[in-house]
Amino acid sequence: MAPLFRPRTNALTVVFLVGVLALLVAISVIAYVVYRSPYQTDAGYAPEQPIPFSHQHHVGGLGIDCQYCHTSAETSDFAGIPPTRTCMTCHSQEWTNAEMLAPVRESLSHQEPLAWTRVHKLADYTYFSHRAHVNNGVGCESCHGRVDKMHMTVQRQPLTMEWCLECHRDPGSELRPQDKITSMGYSPEDDAIPGHELIDQYDINLDHLTECSSCHR
Amino acid sequence: MRYRHDEWPSALAIVIGVLLVGCDQPSMERQPKYETFEAAPGWPHGQSAREPVPGTIAHDDTLKPIPDTQPQELDAALLDRGQQRYDIFCSPCHDRTGHGNGMVVQRGFPAPPTFHSERLRNAPLQHVVDVITNGFGVMYPYRDRVPVEDRWAIAAYIQALQLSQHTSVDDLPPAQRSELERASTGDTRREGNQ
Repeated sequence: MAPLFRPRTNALTVVFLVGVLALLVAISVIAYVVYRSPYQTDAGYAPEQPIPFSHQHHVGGLGIDCQYCHTSAETSDFAGIPPTRTCMTCHSQEWTNAEMLAPVRESLSHQEPLAWTRVHKLADYTYFSHRAHVNNGVGCESCHGRVDKMHMTVQRQPLTMEWCLECHRDPGSELRPQDKITSMGYSPEDDAIPGHELIDQYDINLDHLTECSSCHR
Repeated sequence: MRYRHDEWPSALAIVIGVLLVGCDQPSMERQPKYETFEAAPGWPHGQSAREPVPGTIAHDDTLKPIPDTQPQELDAALLDRGQQRYDIFCSPCHDRTGHGNGMVVQRGFPAPPTFHSERLRNAPLQHVVDVITNGFGVMYPYRDRVPVEDRWAIAAYIQALQLSQHTSVDDLPPAQRSELERASTGDTRREGNQ
């Protein structure tokens, strides 16, 4: 009776086994890269909005402070989306006939809020607090990027747990003095009080920062 | 092997448990709850955020009327707070020195009066607080953006601004005075060279 396998089957078996192994590794690597890519994290997400509101114009150009509109950043978990009346504080006099601003005027006259599309979304099991961050030395820029250069509001950071923990494990390099929280382009390395001094100054409990319950409740 | 009659319920529970594992779990990432400002179809304006019922206040709000004198101790911390809030909310029009030529005015907004006029230097703090609360002319009210204590802090800081533009050299401390004299002689020299 002829042998069941021919001699070259040995080589084929090796090729097959190595191939399967390589395929598994490749799939894992690709899955990991995709999982960390902007495709998955939404970094670079800049949805269309009811009005093409430009932070670049209002913050970079006019120098209006973030808190003029986001008034509850230091008192609440949520920084606050301004009511239409905040827009109209200036636009009752400025660009009063601009086509672009028609939705704002309609919103005011119909008492119907503007429906902005949320850009920075966290999972519902994560409890982020603006108040906890801006009152303890974390500037707006650390998470939101150079808002003063954004024509359209865009998510700059991946907002993954790994990204949060980078800072929670070693917050020193992201801390600023209290009067620089809303500044844009502030460099903690160059013109700053050293991070460890700010950790003392804000009385930050480093152990608490990496506890599960700090963010997940 | 035959099951005894009383083993059936536990066997059934195990089978149901195994079957349930295969069911689609509700996503924990998007839970059936409203986050701040989340859309809520079916509610007025599709909003989950509700406006307070008329005649009610927030549970942590105060029932006390707006104080008609400075409710806080006047110290450096209060002026710092006033400066910070002034720079955020007032400077776009009134500019950082209070002359009324802020960036928004430079872009066409009707110019507000300067704080450094005789009339406004003599106006009581209460007047500033009232204007912040209720608005004035083309200025919108800021009552929903600036809490009462901050309005008084801003008023105090505006008074400091007014003093900074209307004070005599004799009132300056010696260090600032000599600095001023140095600066002014420097200016004269430059003008002399032209």
